[in-house]
Amino acid sequence: MTPSERKREKPLASRAVQITFLIVLLVLWYLATTRWKVSPLLLPNPVLVASDFWTILRTGEFIGDLRVTLTELAIAFAISATSGVIVGYVISRSQYRIRVFEPLFSAIYSVPIILFLPLYVLFFGLGPASKIALGATISFFPIALNTIAGFGYVDKVLVTAARSMGASDVQLFRYVLLPAAFPIILTGMRMGFTVALLSIIGSETIASLAGLGHRIVHLAEGMEMAPMFAYIVFVVAIAAILNTLVSTLEARGRRHG
Amino acid sequence: MTGEAAIRVKDVSHQFGEEGEARHVVALRHTSLEVTRGELLCLIGPSGCGKSTLLNVIGGLMAPTTGAVEVSGKPVRGPMPHDIAFVFQEHALFPWNTVIENINLGMVFQGVPRAEREARARRSLEAVGLKDFAQHYPAQLSGGMRQRAALARALSLETGILLMDEPFGALDEQTRMILGEDLSVLLSRTNKTIVFVTHSLGEATFLADRVAVFSARPGTIKEIIKVDEPHPRKPEFVTSEKFTSIRNELYGLLHEEIRKTMAESGMGTAATGSVL
Repeated sequence: MTPSERKREKPLASRAVQITFLIVLLVLWYLATTRWKVSPLLLPNPVLVASDFWTILRTGEFIGDLRVTLTELAIAFAISATSGVIVGYVISRSQYRIRVFEPLFSAIYSVPIILFLPLYVLFFGLGPASKIALGATISFFPIALNTIAGFGYVDKVLVTAARSMGASDVQLFRYVLLPAAFPIILTGMRMGFTVALLSIIGSETIASLAGLGHRIVHLAEGMEMAPMFAYIVFVVAIAAILNTLVSTLEARGRRHG
Repeated sequence: MTGEAAIRVKDVSHQFGEEGEARHVVALRHTSLEVTRGELLCLIGPSGCGKSTLLNVIGGLMAPTTGAVEVSGKPVRGPMPHDIAFVFQEHALFPWNTVIENINLGMVFQGVPRAEREARARRSLEAVGLKDFAQHYPAQLSGGMRQRAALARALSLETGILLMDEPFGALDEQTRMILGEDLSVLLSRTNKTIVFVTHSLGEATFLADRVAVFSARPGTIKEIIKVDEPHPRKPEFVTSEKFTSIRNELYGLLHEEIRKTMAESGMGTAATGSVL
């Protein structure tokens, strides 16, 4: 066996373990609802969930809620990405500002900002505005922090070298600072995107008028467990697709950066 | 000394921080020096003696606290990309660019017209023996090749002066030797003025037309030793009596200063003193 074959086999083996794990989980779920008589009010039959999931997809009834959630996400992310990069860049230009703001932002980032949701609802209402504001706030910090890290810690010798060769301020930014910071900012954006998604769906389950999170809670309150589980599966799938998409974009951006 | 001065250092002193501050350091005191056009001058001295500071002051990367530097008759007030190119200890290549992109970017910064860039890049890559590695990224090259690429970037700028700050400092002995020989050949062809900072007595002796030995901090030039041997220098030069005697002379001059530096930093006690 050549080393490259061995390398390829390893992820295949771990992938098999992952899939087996999920299958075992599904089987246990099935057995719990059939053989072990767990109440369908607590745990619906997975076959029923699958058929409801199929119905949701087929009828397209999810479109309205999906649109609300994705619109909130898109606006929140646009706000946090723009402001995070601008604020991060301005801070990164001075060692003093880095010393002041970096620990401050790190500290705020570690606070569960979702606790302020009631405040956001008071300010922005029950509709999408409060979700957007909360998602933008939460995702601002990883983006700003990574932008500070990206621009603030560019290898000094590269800057000196560029200056010694006569680079102007614009050239320094375009050819040295930006390519050095870009991959780190992209990582910040991926992290920001993920926390925005989590916080928006999370806050929809707590206080909202529409959206995927709202739909799940609504079904739970009506004791419609099978469709609720189907929606959970749907949200998990959407989140997985979005995260894969963003990770792919990040990897591609790193290559071309 | 024949020939005109390419670099004139006039009574330069430099200190970091203000007097009374904890981080106040006098790095360089009252140093004067003339470097003749086409000559290779090595700066050698104990750590912290200010030889890199002097190089940065000459290159306009640092403004001296007092004194002045003239390059080709012009006062140095900042980087002079048309007169001076640098090679740094860490190769300072942009890791996201290939070798050829790095070379081109240097010329973009310097303002070389697009039409000239390709030929210049090719010439400088050939000069350092890297023309088959133009499309490689720095991370794909060995340490020695990275320094060659950095040298090619500096050569493509076609400046009269090359300032090299321990360019081979991070490389192993064999690689340094080969790069030193190649540099000597290159020099004899290009007639550049070079100031070369090094820690290595052998490297200084092998490469330099003159070696300026620095005193311990606060550093200044203690003595200048001439190495009267034409470029390109042959490998046999290393084993010659002339080489050995110059190297020993440098060692004698330097030894005392290194002792002083170590005593000052509290390392020159009896225990570590026996190591030297």
